[in-house]
Amino acid sequence: MEGRGRVVLLKRYNGAILNRIAAVIVVILGLFVLAFFVRRVMADPGIFIQQILNGIQLGFLYALIALGYTMVYGIIKLINFAHGDVFMVGAMTSFFAISTMELHRWPFQLWPGINSTLGTLLGTTTVIAFSMAICSFLGVTMERFAYRPLRAMPRIAALITAIGVSFFLEYFGALPFVYTNNYITYPRPFELTVLTAKDIPPWLLGLVGGVFAITLTTYSALNGLSNRGNTKAVLWRNHPIIQFFLYLGGLLTIILGMVVVLPTWGIIKWDLTVSNVMLVIMSASVLLVVALQYIVTRTKTGKAMRASAYDKPTSRLMGINVDNVIAVTFAIAGALAGAGGVLYATAFKQVHHLMGILPGLKAFIAAVLGGIGSIPGALVGSLIMGMAEVLSAGFISTPMRDAVAFSLLIIILLIRPQGIFGEAPTEKV
Amino acid sequence: MVRRLKSPAIFFFGGSLFIFALIQFLIETGKLNPYWQTILFWGAAMTMVSLGLNLIYGFNGQFSLGQYGFYALGAYTSADITWRWVRGDPSALVVVIGGAILAVLLMWGVASFLKRFYGVSVLTEFVFHSLATLIGFAVALKVLYPYLGSPIYALIQSLPEPVSKQIVFFLALVGGAAVAGIVSFLFGIPVLTLGSDYFGIATLGFTIIVKVLADNSDTILPFPEMKGARGMVGIPKLTTWPWVFATLMFVIVFMRNLLHSSVGRAIVSVREDERAASLMGIDVARTKILAFVVGSIFAGIAGGIRAHDLAFVHPTMFGFLPSFNPLIIVVFGGLGSMTGTIVTSFFWVFLLEGVLRLVLPTGFENWRYVIYPLVLLLLMLLRPQGLFGRYEIPFLRQTYPPVRKTAEVRG
Repeated sequence: MEGRGRVVLLKRYNGAILNRIAAVIVVILGLFVLAFFVRRVMADPGIFIQQILNGIQLGFLYALIALGYTMVYGIIKLINFAHGDVFMVGAMTSFFAISTMELHRWPFQLWPGINSTLGTLLGTTTVIAFSMAICSFLGVTMERFAYRPLRAMPRIAALITAIGVSFFLEYFGALPFVYTNNYITYPRPFELTVLTAKDIPPWLLGLVGGVFAITLTTYSALNGLSNRGNTKAVLWRNHPIIQFFLYLGGLLTIILGMVVVLPTWGIIKWDLTVSNVMLVIMSASVLLVVALQYIVTRTKTGKAMRASAYDKPTSRLMGINVDNVIAVTFAIAGALAGAGGVLYATAFKQVHHLMGILPGLKAFIAAVLGGIGSIPGALVGSLIMGMAEVLSAGFISTPMRDAVAFSLLIIILLIRPQGIFGEAPTEKV
Repeated sequence: MVRRLKSPAIFFFGGSLFIFALIQFLIETGKLNPYWQTILFWGAAMTMVSLGLNLIYGFNGQFSLGQYGFYALGAYTSADITWRWVRGDPSALVVVIGGAILAVLLMWGVASFLKRFYGVSVLTEFVFHSLATLIGFAVALKVLYPYLGSPIYALIQSLPEPVSKQIVFFLALVGGAAVAGIVSFLFGIPVLTLGSDYFGIATLGFTIIVKVLADNSDTILPFPEMKGARGMVGIPKLTTWPWVFATLMFVIVFMRNLLHSSVGRAIVSVREDERAASLMGIDVARTKILAFVVGSIFAGIAGGIRAHDLAFVHPTMFGFLPSFNPLIIVVFGGLGSMTGTIVTSFFWVFLLEGVLRLVLPTGFENWRYVIYPLVLLLLMLLRPQGLFGRYEIPFLRQTYPPVRKTAEVRG
């Protein structure tokens, strides 16, 4: 770089051939890893599909956190490191709601003769709603007292504050009179039952499949109408109710169908099982994601959110109260994280004051993977993340599951820095 | 020579020597007990790590959270070298030092080979440099060690005991720094092309990968002596105050001279505006890698110092939560202020580990990390540019020619 008094003119050749050689080396390495993976899978293919089911469950849990990350980052460009701790607070809140307040038992105390399924459902919903309320309050408080005063300052100030808030929540939680720093066994709001092919009644499968078939027919009819220019059909086609039944019905039909059909199929013994916790997680996540999509795309608040994310000063000129919009974003993000916390604790049956760190980070990575700022991106990224983690834990190396997750991030960032659904950033000169 | 040593330099070196002599005197007379010695050495190690981060983030503008990964690499590498050496096994020393020399030579060859081509992609650069590194270390393991292992061991052991110990410690520090530097170079080639936040997350991922590898070093990696998550014990306690002082002074003076050179001005110009810098003829990618590698080497040296002071290395020392410490120190002291970083690092370790642990009543240590984020928050509200802003002591201060006022250009 530095001139040494003489100028050497190098004859330079086209580097395309080197690029090709490097690409071939990378592909060969990738094939080696794939071959290793396939060999491990072929040793026990029954576990493979089971692991995919577990991956979907984990992916939906990550999605609930990732959505909060992606919304907050989309609107104020802040990596909210404390978001994972909001998730932890959600889990802890539900722990206290269940163990000391017995909130999940209230329908049984109020109406002693109530049907047990209905009562459990009501109780669990109450616990989740309670945690969501506490967490959205926490999110708004955090925004009001920690991030809002710093909005005019450089971004690093807000980032350091986010780290500070994260430390505060973690170590305040570790105090002996708050949550203590022990691992606590989490009492589930409902009993875990493992469903095998025999336990799934045909009517349930029929019901789920029927709902899916009806929604799919409706959807395709509306799609056909809207392709002919019917504007009402376009609105109805993307209606949240239709979306909810379409996605949930499709997912449950495939999963329950696999559980029922696969064990009797072929010579390999599959032995698939699905737990009720998994079904609850999927239903709750799909419901929340569809609700979020509804809020963001179909309400005035959502419109204001998108406008503020796009251009804050102009939104202000258009009469949008940007501060309120940001507070609402934090509230929604907190609520989703709270629900995620309850479901995560229900699935893994353990709570701890540092439990939010790794799921939080992985969810953030999932959001980056899907394209930060995009809601479907966060969902898809989370599913990929959960799947990659579970599969690498199952077939490559269990202790390396976290490392695999982060390696995936680095690889994806190199191939497509804006993420799967993200838009390429426009550079301002 | 005398004319070039201006009064700030004389004051700086004189003051440093005075501090060195004072603390050496206190240690010799036993006034400074081992606990406070550890705190002091830890402060010095933290200073080196944070100065490295300040070079990467404060001066070059690359938001990095990976400093503790390189700290861990340096600590584990140098600890492994001396651990094996005192048990009569020179393999780690020969492989690391020989491999590093070979790898650097090969990478230099690769770089000058790639210079003859245009349109070489980042992936290609990364793949070829990685291959060079792998070949270098493989040759060191398969060729150098079988032939040179025992002669080098005999040669160093033939020296008197205290001298050979210091030589091995020096080589261990160099080895730790070299491994940190090589890994940061390879990691930096692809990852430094990412934008600011993405680079931060990728480096955070690197820290976590290193921590996971350290946790499983005895099962996944072939290093049973590192004992994985149980922590590596039996490292010889070689860190002394002269070593700490020498490495710290080396890091400070090296960084100061680097920043005051034309390369240093290129580093700062990349922070100010990448596009403008590249229009002025600065190779932005190369400057970023240079700052990143030098910063990581500092962290590697600090790791060696810390490991040989504690005589114990544990993966949780390099976990997720402590990995924010250098960032917080650098922001506290002021981004782009060496003085601020040096003062804050010592202050931070003294306060959190020394004063708050000893002076306050028991049971208070739980509250340390509750109050500390609140202080952080207050600082961010009241003084977001850090305690020192961009203040430097005269020796570290750079004097630029006066800026001529021109018409203001708004972008």
